[in-house]
Amino acid sequence: MSQPDAATVPTDDPQTHDVRASPRPRQRPFALLGSELALVFRRRRTWAMLGALALVPILIAVAVRLTTGDDSGGPAFLGDITNNGLFVAFTALTVSIPLFLPLTVGVVAGDTVAGEASHGTIRYLLVAPTGRVRFILVKYAGAVAFCLAATLLIVLVGAAIGAVLFPIGPVTLLSGTQVDGWSYAGRAVLLALYVTLSMLGLSAIGLFASTLTSVPVGAMAATVVLAGASQVLDQLPQLDWLHPYLFSHQWLGFGDLLRDPIAFDSFGSNAVLQLGYVVVFGALAYSRFTTKDVLS
Amino acid sequence: MSTPDAALAIRTTGLAKVFRKQRAVDGIDLAVPRGAVFGFLGPNGSGKTTTIRMLLGLSSATGGTIEVLGEPMPKALHDVLPRVGALVEGPAFYPYLSGRANLFRFDAADPTSDPRTRKTRVASALDRVGLSHAADKKAHAYSLGMKQRLGLANALLAPRDLLVLDEPTNGLDPQGTREVRNLIRSLADDGTTVFVSSHLLAEIEQVCTHAAVMRTGKLVAQGPLDELRAAGARTVTVRTPDLGQAGTVLSRLGLTPRHEGGADVLVADLPPEVLPETITTELVRADVRVRGLTVGGGTLEDLFVALTGEGFDVAA
Repeated sequence: MSQPDAATVPTDDPQTHDVRASPRPRQRPFALLGSELALVFRRRRTWAMLGALALVPILIAVAVRLTTGDDSGGPAFLGDITNNGLFVAFTALTVSIPLFLPLTVGVVAGDTVAGEASHGTIRYLLVAPTGRVRFILVKYAGAVAFCLAATLLIVLVGAAIGAVLFPIGPVTLLSGTQVDGWSYAGRAVLLALYVTLSMLGLSAIGLFASTLTSVPVGAMAATVVLAGASQVLDQLPQLDWLHPYLFSHQWLGFGDLLRDPIAFDSFGSNAVLQLGYVVVFGALAYSRFTTKDVLS
Repeated sequence: MSTPDAALAIRTTGLAKVFRKQRAVDGIDLAVPRGAVFGFLGPNGSGKTTTIRMLLGLSSATGGTIEVLGEPMPKALHDVLPRVGALVEGPAFYPYLSGRANLFRFDAADPTSDPRTRKTRVASALDRVGLSHAADKKAHAYSLGMKQRLGLANALLAPRDLLVLDEPTNGLDPQGTREVRNLIRSLADDGTTVFVSSHLLAEIEQVCTHAAVMRTGKLVAQGPLDELRAAGARTVTVRTPDLGQAGTVLSRLGLTPRHEGGADVLVADLPPEVLPETITTELVRADVRVRGLTVGGGTLEDLFVALTGEGFDVAA
């Protein structure tokens, strides 16, 4: 029979073996981040979405290869593909940005907190204990990692399928100068970074939406609808005063990266815009989540 | 703010939680001694889980103070919770991860846990709840009982000073319930304080050293089990065809008899000063034909029922 008496259980007695008396145990704040990345990229759903995104450049390249000769119409850079396979990646990103990418980002970002809440795992993470601030930072980081993986994947698959189906070589940029393949590869990575940056604001919105509910689908839908709404508003000339503040306003503004020398203006202004959304919706998510009773 | 009491693993003063109009927890003063196996009893909806959520910092109290392991909660949450293992409101897992991977995830969520020992600690926790054979199955394929075991394993990932187990026997078969009791016993023998809630008294009565009883948000009894048992109302049951006469005798002895059970049955609460043999003598002296006389009650179950009421009146 156990007794509260310290003498019977000296090794476990909290009075003599107090964590406060010894130096605070070593903190490993990044352990959960590693676990989160593993969680995101071990899910079948993540792979399904990445697979769907990887199909975009493949479909474009195959379609263009099968129907050469007609240069008119289609998304930006489409006509250039036949001249140079390296443009497949650019075209695929341009096609993915309005819908496919926000859709998948919305799913991941909307799932962040609400997904944990719907499984009930959130309470076990919090009593582990994961601080609430660390929790939402880690979940946000997981969503951003997905954005980066998704855009890099489109670029890489695009470059690969382009190299297989079309000639590759020095690329003529929008400014008319030619750069070699390596310089182009560098720009492709910059492009992936630019698109990832573009998704930061939407991810923050998804994170906030996710703190409002324990039904992940609701948060996902809200995020995707907002992504669509922002783009629709961006099309209305009557609202042009609003356009610079829409998080989707500079999603397609990566043309500057294809000039020589690279113009970083749009990169910078997009960064400011996205950062603004991250700050506002991050703060909303923070204030909502840190004061919330976790009842699920 | 009251001074911390080192002899108590959990102490609350006037702890309250009000949801809009409903007082889910209504000013309770819990005192859980260190080393105790503390049964936290009450019918469904009496505020047990709400209390546990507040103890663990999952939800905020609307009144009162909480100390866990001598530290104020939720202020000292980051220092306290690594020393607390918890099973709150049923187990919860990532259905697409294996049991083992789920435990890895939860262990990584504790910033003080050592990744070098994680593998062995997870394996021994799984072993302790008898789940080693199913460790690499996906959690969605687990039965309710297996999930419950995995939840217990999660609470045992590190040596703990306090275990908070909310309805640990839910969904377990009698065999599993027995195993949980043995597990609690062996943990208590290691010096861990165990705070275990249940709406099924019988399942945990055997392992508890202390208990508290909740009813509609209020703490209606608390203390060492022996004291609670002693406080339990005893009753005397008299079987006789002479109900009227017997009633008069019992009333004369200061009891308040009532008809209950059968046509020839009288029941009365038995205060400690009235001895059963006195009743027998008086009944016989009054020529009451006695078919049987039994003294019942004095069990925790009787106290539990007396305090919380019978039936299915879930607090609205």
